[in-house]
Amino acid sequence: MSCNCCGKDQEKYQQLQAVIDAKKGTKGALMPVMQEAQSIFGYLPKEVQLFIAEGLGVTLSEVFGVATFYAQFVLEPQGEHVIGVCLGTACYVKGSQAVLDRLSEELDVPVGKTTKDGKFTLNATRCLGACGLAPVMMIGDEVYGRLTPDEIPAILAKY
Amino acid sequence: MDLFRSQVLICGGTGCTSSGSPELIRLFEEKIKEAGLEKEVKVVRTGCFGLCEMGPIVIVYPEGAFYSHIKAENVEEIVNEHLLKGRIVRHLLCREAVEEEGATRSLDEVDFYRKQKRVALRNCGVIDPERIDEYIAFDGYKALAKVLTEMKPQEVIDVIKASGLRGRGGAGFPTGMKWQFAANSVDDQKYVCCNADEGDPGAFMDRSVLEGDPNAVIEAMAIAGYAIGATQGYVYVRAEYPIAVKRLQIAINQAREYGLLGNDIMGTGFSFDLDIRLGAGAFVCGEETALMQSIEGKRGEPRPRPPFPAVKGLFDKPTILNNVETYANIPQIILKGADWFASMGTEKSKGTKVFALGGKIKNTGLVEIPMGTTLREIIYDIGGGCPGGKKFKAAQTGGPSGGCIPASLLDTPIDYDNLIAIGSMMGSGGMIVMDEDNCMVDIARFFLDFTVDESCGKCPPCRIGTRRMLEILERITEGKGEDGDIEKLETLAKNIKASALCGLGQTAPNPVLSTLRYFRDEYEAHIYEKRCPAGHCKKLLKYTIDPSLCKGCSLCSKVCPVGAISGEIKKPFVIDSSKCIKCGACQEKCRFNAIVRK
Repeated sequence: MSCNCCGKDQEKYQQLQAVIDAKKGTKGALMPVMQEAQSIFGYLPKEVQLFIAEGLGVTLSEVFGVATFYAQFVLEPQGEHVIGVCLGTACYVKGSQAVLDRLSEELDVPVGKTTKDGKFTLNATRCLGACGLAPVMMIGDEVYGRLTPDEIPAILAKY
Repeated sequence: MDLFRSQVLICGGTGCTSSGSPELIRLFEEKIKEAGLEKEVKVVRTGCFGLCEMGPIVIVYPEGAFYSHIKAENVEEIVNEHLLKGRIVRHLLCREAVEEEGATRSLDEVDFYRKQKRVALRNCGVIDPERIDEYIAFDGYKALAKVLTEMKPQEVIDVIKASGLRGRGGAGFPTGMKWQFAANSVDDQKYVCCNADEGDPGAFMDRSVLEGDPNAVIEAMAIAGYAIGATQGYVYVRAEYPIAVKRLQIAINQAREYGLLGNDIMGTGFSFDLDIRLGAGAFVCGEETALMQSIEGKRGEPRPRPPFPAVKGLFDKPTILNNVETYANIPQIILKGADWFASMGTEKSKGTKVFALGGKIKNTGLVEIPMGTTLREIIYDIGGGCPGGKKFKAAQTGGPSGGCIPASLLDTPIDYDNLIAIGSMMGSGGMIVMDEDNCMVDIARFFLDFTVDESCGKCPPCRIGTRRMLEILERITEGKGEDGDIEKLETLAKNIKASALCGLGQTAPNPVLSTLRYFRDEYEAHIYEKRCPAGHCKKLLKYTIDPSLCKGCSLCSKVCPVGAISGEIKKPFVIDSSKCIKCGACQEKCRFNAIVRK
């Protein structure tokens, strides 16, 4: 099997191969394999998509089609910390847009992009289901609730 | 099983977990051990209690003492006073649980819970969702045993039909009929699917059921499998719900271990098993045909119906798809009978419905009420009204497919048909309350922005039509609205509704239509007067200084980042609106409320 893996990635590709081997026979295996691949590599570069396509015996366009359809799959490396500001209705009516605007301003990065130093990726997310704490954002696995824009600089300073 | 004299129930739902309940569980266990009570008092991590606003919530039984907003430093006091000495720590109780005379009320007597009737949520916040024994102790899997040993598949379908249960995920299709169609299809393989891709922003009841009572869904799916003749099921869950996924997986593993899933269940010869499939962030996958495409590992694009999934669904085999809340009702309908279920609700909408109350409301959280309860009862009696003395403006139901209900319709009894009649829909049960500060044109823009982003792109009416609507709405909220825009929106809405391929597109114009119907004046103010009556749309705002209130302290001119405010000390200042960037800094600083925004 061809893959352009350098020595450092060798181990990751081996992990992915194990995932492919385990799921290959099951119906509808493509998405679960891609989800595992993303958790191994952090994103889905072309080489990884090609590796999956060959491993599962599907075309690259099929893998790319799925990767670009779902918001969860990312094709570019993500920042060290991924910030997700909830723009669900409950959060929106309680002012999450202002929180997002402030983050974009403080980090000097547009929504959906990663800061130049690679530290933060700023995303607007769908409802996180923590509507009781609106407006809500997540940094990594940490949830911050009942936010006001003025709290943003202090929270960012922790990272 | 060990007997405990007291139990400490701590909410482990997403809301309370986010506000620190795992740390509380750890601390309670530690302090209880320090006090030597570990053989007398048990700590139970439960699912969601519903009143997320008060989280983290801790309830101590047998007293039913309802502690709210508990912090790590309160744990020791509760252990030492309540658990050791039997004295309820009054100042930590939820304020509604303390009566004026100082007596305390138990959980069921608090206003938030009094009007509720918990069917789908009956075990949420009561049992430990990660232990199947606790579910079994609350009559769990008894309904499955009943259908497998006493009922024929058709009898099961007849009971569900007679109960009047309708789908809780959106359109409200009769569940029994759906099962009947799939049972009538003849094939070597059939599937039972569960829609847990709860994409409606602001709705989180399915997440709470999966987190708080995952076995109820598993049991119901096995019952459905028996009724239609399927041996395999899939639960399609949003990836944004990690706790729900984890608990569901634990429950499936335990059910397999107990022989409640797998081959030859309870020795009856019936076999059924379940797999979890994770979504990957696509709202359209809540649509049934798109969801099945996604389980198959493809792009989640809907396909035309017929053929309906009951004939040709997942992997081209007959399939039923119900959502989590629908399934959560099934075991109890089997156990208590169709008549019991049909005795609740209205003529055409039976049973109860769970709503997720959110937005500008005091008691945000999950409520389950009999169908036919009025909006007023939900928002004021249970929800406590808008906080901060603000005026209620609208309740939004049905998410991006629904509409906004104005104050004049607050007395409408909530059921499927009434909501459709007033231009909204049940959807999965999100209910977002808006007050006078929310601009209805902007809310319509917000939902269109959502649909444009989530449109799968397969059919042009949705792909192109919703984008054109969004462009018009964006212009209106930016003060560039033109005469004729409202009519254009109406024409587009009509055509999209009539021609889009799936439910997502067909209902996408609803937020615009319903706001046009009830809040047309706000649209007109934006377009013709270039004014946002709610004071929300930034580009239309104007800050001015009321000369009768201004003391001329100059504070505002000092904080203005662009030097737009000028004046002489002790005389009224003025804002140069051509320079003003509408940041609002002056208004925050003014101590005399002299700065007006409108």
